[in-house]
Amino acid sequence: MKQKQMMDALPGTVGEGLAQRGVDRREFLKFCTAMTAMLALPPSMASVMAEAIARARRQSVIWLSFQECTGCTESITRSHSPTLETLIFDLISLDYHHTLQAASGAAAEHAREQAMKDNDGKYLLIVDGSIPMGDPGYSCIAGISNYDMLVETAKGAAAIVAVGTCAAYGGIPKADPNPTGAVSVSDIVKDKPIINVPGCPPIPVVMTGVLAHFLTFGSIPELDALGRPKSFYGETIHDRCYRRPFYDQGKFAETFDDEAARKGWCLFKLGCKGPVTYNACATTKWNEGTSFPIESGHGCIGCSEPNFWDAGPLYKALSMPVSGTGSMLGTAAAAGAAVGVAVTWYNRSTKAQAKAAHAKVTVQELTREEK
Amino acid sequence: MNHLDLLTFARGSALNWALIIFVAGVVLRLFEIFGLSRKTDLAKPRIDSPGSGWRTMLTRSIPPQGMVKRDPVTYIAGYVFHLGLFLAIFFFAPHIEFFRSITGLSWPALPSALVDASVVAAIVALAVLLAHRLNNPVKRLLSTFSDYLAWTVTLLPLLTGYMAYHHLMLEYTLMLALHLFSVELLLVLLPFTKLFHTFSVFVSRWYNGDFFGRKGVAS
Repeated sequence: MKQKQMMDALPGTVGEGLAQRGVDRREFLKFCTAMTAMLALPPSMASVMAEAIARARRQSVIWLSFQECTGCTESITRSHSPTLETLIFDLISLDYHHTLQAASGAAAEHAREQAMKDNDGKYLLIVDGSIPMGDPGYSCIAGISNYDMLVETAKGAAAIVAVGTCAAYGGIPKADPNPTGAVSVSDIVKDKPIINVPGCPPIPVVMTGVLAHFLTFGSIPELDALGRPKSFYGETIHDRCYRRPFYDQGKFAETFDDEAARKGWCLFKLGCKGPVTYNACATTKWNEGTSFPIESGHGCIGCSEPNFWDAGPLYKALSMPVSGTGSMLGTAAAAGAAVGVAVTWYNRSTKAQAKAAHAKVTVQELTREEK
Repeated sequence: MNHLDLLTFARGSALNWALIIFVAGVVLRLFEIFGLSRKTDLAKPRIDSPGSGWRTMLTRSIPPQGMVKRDPVTYIAGYVFHLGLFLAIFFFAPHIEFFRSITGLSWPALPSALVDASVVAAIVALAVLLAHRLNNPVKRLLSTFSDYLAWTVTLLPLLTGYMAYHHLMLEYTLMLALHLFSVELLLVLLPFTKLFHTFSVFVSRWYNGDFFGRKGVAS
């Protein structure tokens, strides 16, 4: 019966695809309920979302990969396999993606052009990797520079999703000294809605959440000042961390994998950047909810924050100076002492001069002032 | 420049320069104070009072008989503020990490909730002391711009630290950067304002004790 409900879905829709893959309505509703919760929508929206997604036509998606390591694609396509997230991902029409498409060469580029023509103004553009503004030869596809391809493809997109810290903020390619002149998608495209899904790599479920929101409402979710969906990037890792109570109690691991670390004490002293990192790792976790970096004993490196690679050493506590050292202060003390000696010498000579210039006054010399 | 960049700057060059000015300034002032020196007192001491200076360092830190009753606000709020500030600076775990990275020394931290309470107490005490300073005619007459400046730059790190910890008003990363900037302002001004008493208070107490001891007013 449940199977039948899904089978009633309109041809060519996500609902039909789900039914063909043997996903029953109950299972699909469960997914939508979880998704509404993660997107911080009211629970009543679950059935609305289920209805909207089931009826939605397969969304055309063009995925452009620029200066990146394919980590984002690996994360999104594999880590939750074979759950519903992957199925949803399968059910979009991924018309162009270097790593995943079968076509190559001119045929691949043709697929992109065809998708752009067929779905003009409606397709979703996903970008991973930064764009080099230096020599175009640093990164180009089929002889087209990353910049040109982004500008051309962005024109007809309904919205752009910048996946990973490189696309969202420039990421590691942009790190000092930024040899390729790397910039983010939002540095180039100014006239389209851009959703940043930063992380190195980003959490797969965030991607699914953004897609679900787009399919349900035809719009992008609410974003913060850095263009990230608020429902996933609204709180810091530190505030949602299961080790947080130990921070409050002043209980810290001193070295990696010491007794304290194994007891679950806080990794702040080992350089954890959780307090200044906004992401959902501590709540959604990774690898089908198995764990997240801090749970495996390593502090957060803040990979979803802009310029995280240049934000001080990874293994220095957040309250430590980035580059200040004891020898720097020693030099400062020596300089202070040198100036102090000079000031003392000046003060003493002033005192000596005053003493030398001091003329004694005798009683005889004093005269009464006449009124 | 986003908030994290601002924090990195606050932890980086801004902090380095503030620390350099602070350390150089403190050493300079100490040289200046000790270098000035006084003429040797050739007179025979009135009474033999060894250790008078050292004792005064302690006795002047305790209110004289009856004074707490005469001026409870100054004494109680003064103690509460100084103790609260001391605990916040030296016993908050992240602060100890800061000292460890520079000096290599570390010591056990207090639970954050306790430090939090001491910060609240210090802030309240500072507010009370300011109100008293403004309302008490003698204190008001004695106060100059430098007193209000010292009060402000001492309050700011406490306030921004408290607000950052509790995620009040501004986003945490930005507030943390502001906390560091406020500390840097304090560090830069400390050697050249009344706040230098952090270093000179016990020196001057020793001096007064020894000086008056020689004159027969032993502590």
